[in-house]
Amino acid sequence: METAIISGKGGTGKSSISAAFATLGGKVVLADCDVDAANLYILFSPSHEEEEIYIAGQKAVIDDLLCINCGLCKEYCRFDAIFFSEGKIVIQETLCDGCRLCSRICPHNAIKMVDNNKSRMYAGSFRNGKMVYGRLAPGEENSGKLVNIVREKAKKISTNQNIENIIIDGPPGIGCAVISSITGTNNVVIVTEPTISGLLDLKRTIEITSKFQLKIWVIINKYDINSNMSDKIERYCSENEINFAGKLKFDPQVVESMVKCKSIIEYAPDSQVSEQIKKIWNTINSNKNNG
Amino acid sequence: MIENKKIRIAIASGKGGTGKTLISTNLFYVLQQINYKVTLVDCDAEEPNVMVFFNGEEEFVNDVTQKVPVIDEIKCTYCGKCQEYCSYNAIFLLKDIKTIRILEDLCHGCGACTVACEYDAVSEKAISLGVIKKYHSDLQSTIIEARMRIGVFSPVAVIKAAIKEACYNEIILLDSPPGTSCPFIQTVNVADFVILVTEPTPFGLSDLKQSVDTLKTLGKPYGVIINRAGLGDNEVYSYLKNEGIPLLMEIPFDKEIASHYSKGEIVANYIPEWRSLFENMFNSIFKMYGNSNNKR
Repeated sequence: METAIISGKGGTGKSSISAAFATLGGKVVLADCDVDAANLYILFSPSHEEEEIYIAGQKAVIDDLLCINCGLCKEYCRFDAIFFSEGKIVIQETLCDGCRLCSRICPHNAIKMVDNNKSRMYAGSFRNGKMVYGRLAPGEENSGKLVNIVREKAKKISTNQNIENIIIDGPPGIGCAVISSITGTNNVVIVTEPTISGLLDLKRTIEITSKFQLKIWVIINKYDINSNMSDKIERYCSENEINFAGKLKFDPQVVESMVKCKSIIEYAPDSQVSEQIKKIWNTINSNKNNG
Repeated sequence: MIENKKIRIAIASGKGGTGKTLISTNLFYVLQQINYKVTLVDCDAEEPNVMVFFNGEEEFVNDVTQKVPVIDEIKCTYCGKCQEYCSYNAIFLLKDIKTIRILEDLCHGCGACTVACEYDAVSEKAISLGVIKKYHSDLQSTIIEARMRIGVFSPVAVIKAAIKEACYNEIILLDSPPGTSCPFIQTVNVADFVILVTEPTPFGLSDLKQSVDTLKTLGKPYGVIINRAGLGDNEVYSYLKNEGIPLLMEIPFDKEIASHYSKGEIVANYIPEWRSLFENMFNSIFKMYGNSNNKR
């Protein structure tokens, strides 16, 4: 069973909740799909068992010996990645989209394509099972492909090792990487916070997730920061027939647990927040059995 | 003269939810109130939230488009050269049964297929990627919002269009998207200075390091604001000290701040000290990096 934890807005507590779910007992495969800012390995220090290079497209590189600075490539580039600097053609690596057109049209064969090979997928063991995570190199497009690789690996481990639960910590936003993180999962948990931004981002997230006919749940984190807004979000969920999984109080122990490299369940198992998270987890899972 | 102030400052963070928008909206507000000519560009096109905090008179809405190919099947010989030229697998071709389809969602609009075709069978049409909205806010200030259409593969084009729109303004604040991938690069790339917002937690520090590494590669000057100081640990302070990274400001963890922010209120309006804090920070950044000729 795959449970994905996402949030439109960043910093709502998605990873802390994913970590809590991962340590609620039983073995899990934990997939950190926030490949642009993977964080869960910090809490769980997984062993280094497997590493895979992920090729994130290509980049164009000028060969200065062959280039005559005719500027034809600059005319063809639609990504504003090629320009003249002191009379010489320069390709700005961070702007290049890797379409290869410049390399194809260059009359002097002065542009070569090189692989973006700095991104990685890692897999290993941690105290509650197996962990898979991706690290996208800075400046690369988060197309969702690395997310797919991480998820496929997690599924493979889950089958081979007979571990039923896969927990997916997804990225923020509403782009490709989010869609890749949730497609085909059994449960999607959206973590929001009681702010206007939180509500607006929740609505956008629901708009995109509801296109995939998935079981969607909403958690409000730190609801006591603004109880009125929290009520408003709860109302929004009930009016739109979205499953409300529960709400969590702001508790500095959640941050403390992170500093101690533990999930809140490990750090303060009897705290109110931990109790709440257990309840939410049970709600989500019992629903599975009811169909 | 006030009118001469010219600088582009990006407000960014690797990790989401550290308080980027809190900083950019308050800095904007404070500069606006001193009657500086200032533009705030909301570059977080996946989740634009700046307008939650301000009222503004909408000046215009512009559609941001991308070109995608259209195949003229009368001229097409199904030779497959366009498919070979496409680096994004956006052209689906079955030669045997003479079927060709464009997968618009995968197309990046690079134009390679139009160059590839020898039979003049590929033309282009524009499809919408999102919109940019321009608002006149108080006094001499402007807000530009980039908003990606849901389901589009990348917010980059919309972000670029929004930044272009702000080109001629004097002080430009760019509220950057989270992370360190393309959308972040597109935003900080045009900035003279980058304010990185972080929180004193292991997650915050890890993402900060990644942002710092990226900015070093780009050769951008930067400084750090620590938000929710008092929570978490002191690791981030040692990191800044060891790396010689300037700490621009600390904002204590305070439920009052969180509560104002949650209601869409500008904190500087309620905590007057914030005005001088932000103004001083701006002045010290401006002194070092202002009125530059950053061309890109």
